[in-house]
Order: sequence, then C-alpha cells, then structure tokens
Amino acid sequence: MKRAVERHLNILEFTLASLLRRRAKNLALLAMYLLVIFMLASLQFFVTALKREAALILTDAPDMVVQRLTAGRQDLVPDRYAAEIAKIKGVSAVRSRLWGYYYDALNGANYTIMTGDDSAAPPGTAIGAALAKSRNLQVGDLLPLISYDKSPVMLEIGSIFPSSSDLVAADLIVISPVEFQQLFNFPDGQATDLAVTVRNPKELPTVAAKIASQFPDSRPILKSEIQRTYQSIFDWRGGMTLMVLASALLSFIIFAWDKATGLSAEERKEIGILKSIGWETSDVLLLKFWEGLVISLTAFLLGVVLAYGHVFFLSAPLFAQALKGWSVIYPRFQLVPVVNAYQLAVLFFLTVVPYTTATVIPCWRAATIDPDAAMRY
Amino acid sequence: MIELSGITKSFNSGKPNQFTAVDNVTLTVNPQQITVLKGPSGSGKTSLLTMIGCMARPTSGRIFLHGVAAAVPFQQEGVDSVEITSLPERFLNDIRRSTFGFIFQQFNLVKGITVLENVMLPAYPTGERRSNFRDRAVALLEQFSISRHAGQRIELLSGGELQRVAIARALINNPAIIIADEPTAHLDSKLSHEFMAIVGRMKGEGKSVLIASHDPIVFDSPLIDRMVEMRDGAVVTSGSCR
Repeated sequence: MKRAVERHLNILEFTLASLLRRRAKNLALLAMYLLVIFMLASLQFFVTALKREAALILTDAPDMVVQRLTAGRQDLVPDRYAAEIAKIKGVSAVRSRLWGYYYDALNGANYTIMTGDDSAAPPGTAIGAALAKSRNLQVGDLLPLISYDKSPVMLEIGSIFPSSSDLVAADLIVISPVEFQQLFNFPDGQATDLAVTVRNPKELPTVAAKIASQFPDSRPILKSEIQRTYQSIFDWRGGMTLMVLASALLSFIIFAWDKATGLSAEERKEIGILKSIGWETSDVLLLKFWEGLVISLTAFLLGVVLAYGHVFFLSAPLFAQALKGWSVIYPRFQLVPVVNAYQLAVLFFLTVVPYTTATVIPCWRAATIDPDAAMRY
Repeated sequence: MIELSGITKSFNSGKPNQFTAVDNVTLTVNPQQITVLKGPSGSGKTSLLTMIGCMARPTSGRIFLHGVAAAVPFQQEGVDSVEITSLPERFLNDIRRSTFGFIFQQFNLVKGITVLENVMLPAYPTGERRSNFRDRAVALLEQFSISRHAGQRIELLSGGELQRVAIARALINNPAIIIADEPTAHLDSKLSHEFMAIVGRMKGEGKSVLIASHDPIVFDSPLIDRMVEMRDGAVVTSGSCR
C-alpha cells in the first residue's frame, strides 16, 4: 500500500516536472481551460442564485392571484369579484391590487407603479433605490410624472426602499390609490387583479376551481405556477447565454482535443525511453493520467473559485445584463452564495473527465510498444 | 550468471520477408565479468542484448538468470535461478527494473528535464521513497564528477557528460547486470577510454557488464574478460580474454 502511494507520488512529481518543460504551451492551455470553466461556473452560480432569490421573494407572494380575461387578454377585475370570492369557503382574505407600468421618457426606463396597502408605511411615495439614484432623488424631493392627459402629477418622496430589496424594488414606485387614479385615469370599482389568501394550502386547487367555475372569465394563478414560470425564465436566460458562449466553448473543445490527443514524435520517443528503462505500460498511462488531471483539475478548481468571487462578491458584472433581465434600471444587489453540488458535479464530469480521458487514450498505443524499440532509435 | 540455450529471434515469421536476427545461440555470461559481443552491424548483437535484458522475447530457446534471486521481487525463497523467457510481461518489467541497467547508443535521455531527474527516472515507478533514490542519484552524479550539472537540463551537456548521465541512470536501481549497446559509438577516443575505465570500476564493484560493440577501444581493452564474436546472427567464436 505504501509503495503504491509512493509510486503515485513519484510519478506525479515527474508529471509536474514534465509539464513545466512545455511551460508556455501548457499555461496557454490552462488559461483557456480556466476561462471556459470560469464562464460556465459563473453562469451556473448566477442562475442558481437568481432562482433561489426569486423563490425567496415569492414566499411572501399571495397564495393565488386572480385575473380577468377579455378576448384572451388581461382585463380589469370588478370589485364585486373580490366580494364574491371572499365568500368562498376556505378563503381567508381577498385584496384588490392596483398596479401598472409607466414609461419615463427622461431616462428611457419603465417603472412599476403600484398602490400601497400598508397603513403603517410612512406617508408619501416610496421609490426604489436604483430609481432614486438614476433620477437623483432624495426623501422630501418631488418626482414629477406625466399623467394620461399629459398633465403633471407631483409625487413627494416619502421613503426610499433599501438597496437590499433592489431585486424586487429597483424600479418600483408605490403611490396612493388616489394618485394612481390621477395618473392613469383608472376606473373606480375596478382592480388590476386580486390577491387571494387561502387558510389551508392544500385547498388551493379546489378554491381555484371554484373561482374558475363561478367566474368563467377569470384566471386564477397559483403561487406554485408563478414559481415555475420564474424558474423557466431564468433557465431560458441561462440557456440563451450558454448559446452565446457555445462558439467559444466549441473552439476550446477542438483546441483541447487536438492538444490532448495529438502525440508528437518527441512524446512517442519519450514513452519508448521510459519503457526501455523499466516503466510498465501502466506507469506510462498513469503519467499521462496525472498530466491530464493536473491541468483539468487546476483549471476546474481555479475556475470555480474565480466564478464564485465573480458572482457572489462582484455581482457577476459579465453576465448581469443578460441574466437579470433587459432593462434600463438594473437592480443592484448582492446575491446570497448558493452552490448546487449536483450541477458542479455535472460540470466536473463534462470537463475534467473527458479531457483526462482524451489525454490517456491516445497514449495507450504508444505505451504498448515493445521496450526494445528504444534500443533502435 | 546468464545462460542462453538455443536462442533464436525471427522477425516477420511465416512471411516472405522473414528475417532471422539471432540464430540458435547458446552462451553463458559469467557474473562479475565484462563480456563483449563483437561483430559488424546486423550481426544480431543488439537483438541478443534486448532478449537478455527482458525487453523482447526469443522466438525459440530459453534464457536463465542464475544467482540474481535477491534482485527478483517475486522469486521464491531458496530458489536461485529464474527462467525469464516464459514469464509474463509484468514480471519481466520487475526483473528489468531491478536486475538490469541499460546504456543506450543514443543515450536516450529525456530532454527538458534536469540531469538529476533523468538519473532518477528508472526509480520513479518502483514505489521506493523519493528521498532514498534521490540520495543515490546525487551520490552517482558525484561519483561521475557531474554533480555540478545536477540542476541543468541535459541539452546543455557535452557528449561525454551525457554518457556519464546515462551510466548514472543505468545504476540508479543498483542492478547486478549492466547492458551497454554500442556505448562508444558517439564518443571520441579519449571519452571512449574514459568509458572503459568506468566500466572497469563497475566490474570492481561486483557488477556484470555486457557490451555490444564493434569499436576496437572496447574489444581490445585489457579490462574485458570474455569476447563473443557474432556474424549473421550466430556466434562465430567465444572465449576468455584472460
């Protein structure tokens, strides 16, 4: 056992000395390999962390949102729907929500505008930190918005959401129902949608079915469905980015494959020498295995560590624009580190294992040459 | 002692281009002596050496190693000889590593790594502790007066220095038998005489040395004990030089 360990250590030591011989070539390969792992791991960390953030945000979301459809499009919900739904057994609360979007021609951004329902909140308008920064606003300042009839609506800033809530509140403006009505000429007795809370979560599908039956033009959306949609959106965005990276990945694969599988005449001669001085075929293959593993494992570990720093300490500046969403106002937030071991294992098996195998396999034939071949060089 | 009995080595057997490199050679190589295989190119010297050194198998015949049991890892206690021609590849490797040291015509050193690493190369897969064989390698480099080059890459060495590195490498696993194939082919006369002096020292240390050469500096050397003359794969004459 001890001899076997010593054998591995000795051959590993020779591998390192051997790799240093072609320092520039191996460092270039390592750098490319590292870059690919870094990009893939960053993408993976970022998407996983975003999905987790989205899931956390949705924990505070209502159990069910009820919309109304007219001609297949979302329409306003009359208040009587809320009153009727509140009577359904199992429903604990129904809240009419008013919200919409506002395009700000000044900076080309779209804001999300909604009405507040928290009576304990400070008076005045609450805005997101990113919005406050882009418009250079502070508490007490006035934010002029243009209403539906082009008349200005002056909103006094009562509070600014903390940066930690940027993911949901970066471009948010919370105003009173009266101001909302002024801004959009929103009809009385109507809501954008209804937030329904149910006592027993197991009864959600039953309550949804009752609502759909009672109001055929309604569309109840469960929280689980929203969660699934979020996951799909981030997966889709991750996939899009991966497609953009695909050409770079493919180039690397071709390069690495060529490097790993191509055995130069000098390398063949070296293998012959090793065989002639007493190395077995398995020793030569072990040498090549360590060669492949040292490069690929170093690239993998360094790439993953750098990606971790890139995503969780620097907030992924390379991917943020593509993955957070396409917007003028980007939320600034620090992602909570979350590592999916399964995905990392997949990345490991898709990068380290093929490269190491590609290094060992072509040596097989060279390593099985007769040791006396070296006598005849 | 190495005993060869009816050794024949044919290439491309059964094909029109069949070629017999070694033809029915029966020979005994005595321990702690210098034996020289003399003959022109193509006489079968190198082929015979490769078979004795467990690098290739004969087409027919048998080779016995006597008195090297201690160096053969799998040898049973009390049994002093081993027939190597029928052993599986793994055992041949063990014998090659522990019993033989090889000095090649082209030196066959690995470029890009240091002199010290080249010398240690045969010991890496043995599973021996690195510090042990490193100490031995350093001592060998000192013995051959090339320790100042230990950290240099071999590309920077002269022909004579390369030869000495190759000899040090052949000795790293402390083998009982040294096999040298045309060792002076790339050396001038002075270096060739130096090589023979080193071979004399190895014999003095109790090693058996087997040299294939057609260089007069080798086969006319007063140090050699036995001369085996070969031609066309067969032994023409064989006798003691003492």
